[in-house]
Amino acid sequence: MKIQVNGQDQKLKDEATLADLVEAMGLQGKRIAIEVNEELVPRGEFDHHALREADRIEIVQAIGGG
Amino acid sequence: MTDVSNDTFSLAGREYRSRLLVGTGKYKDMDETRAAIEASGAEIVTIAVRRTNIGQNKGEPNILDVLPPDRFTILPNTAGCYDQKTAVRTCKLARELLDGHTLVKLEVLGDEKTLFPDVIQTLAAAEELVKDGFDVMVYTNDDPIVAKRLEEIGCIAVMPLAAPIGSGLGIRNKLNIMTIVENAKVPILVDAGVGTASDAAVAMELGCDGVLMNTAIAAARDPVLMASAMRKAIEAGREAFLAGRMPAKRFASASSPLDGLFF
Repeated sequence: MKIQVNGQDQKLKDEATLADLVEAMGLQGKRIAIEVNEELVPRGEFDHHALREADRIEIVQAIGGG
Repeated sequence: MTDVSNDTFSLAGREYRSRLLVGTGKYKDMDETRAAIEASGAEIVTIAVRRTNIGQNKGEPNILDVLPPDRFTILPNTAGCYDQKTAVRTCKLARELLDGHTLVKLEVLGDEKTLFPDVIQTLAAAEELVKDGFDVMVYTNDDPIVAKRLEEIGCIAVMPLAAPIGSGLGIRNKLNIMTIVENAKVPILVDAGVGTASDAAVAMELGCDGVLMNTAIAAARDPVLMASAMRKAIEAGREAFLAGRMPAKRFASASSPLDGLFF
């Protein structure tokens, strides 16, 4: 399926979960937070949150700022 | 002499000794960030929330490794948000990032040239966030009426600007800051616009509970030395406020006695 991650198109196997995406991006164990279609998905739900075609995903982290 | 050893201020049930809050943006690298924050003595540091691997160098340490949340109170901001919706989304992401931490710095901006707050959107976002259980420290204009309204909504601290963000112009309207302080039942912190140490001291002399700054330190030629200067200015200004300054007079008043003159 085709999804969008941080504004960029990305292909992912069908029936993938959010946890699969996190793993595919090498972000396991990193301090991140994720929104799917502008809704926050808590870390504890990554394993069973099924992704759908055309989902828009935002993966964020803390950076320096004022 | 007034004992200032226990002079703390309280935010969301925690006591803080340092009244200098610092941002972590615009530094050359993480080493400089760490050194400046160390020199500032700050206990509360702001961070921003951004897309992973965009706006940061790959392989660079995570800001939360440099500033561990068990040592510093992390204050995530909503910088870059121009409406209620994105500000609220940012706060929810920050709460998740920081394991349920509810303290946030809300700023909803009005335009890119001034970075002045959009007060209408700020009020709406503050209301939504307070209802959702956030402890909201809110960036706003130096407007006493709006400051009071934000307090009534339930913000735990109100943070009027000294001058536009990153401008270094110092406190443009001391009388308004003084009025905001006098009216307030929550901590008032000057946020944004401070340029140098004397500006920070003035904010504290006006009775503010603290000052939040980023560029004034990060854009100094020697940020670590400026961080140290700011720490001293905040302490000096606070002590001057507690000491109660002499009344200003238009004309002179001799310091040496006039009695006993021999001519």
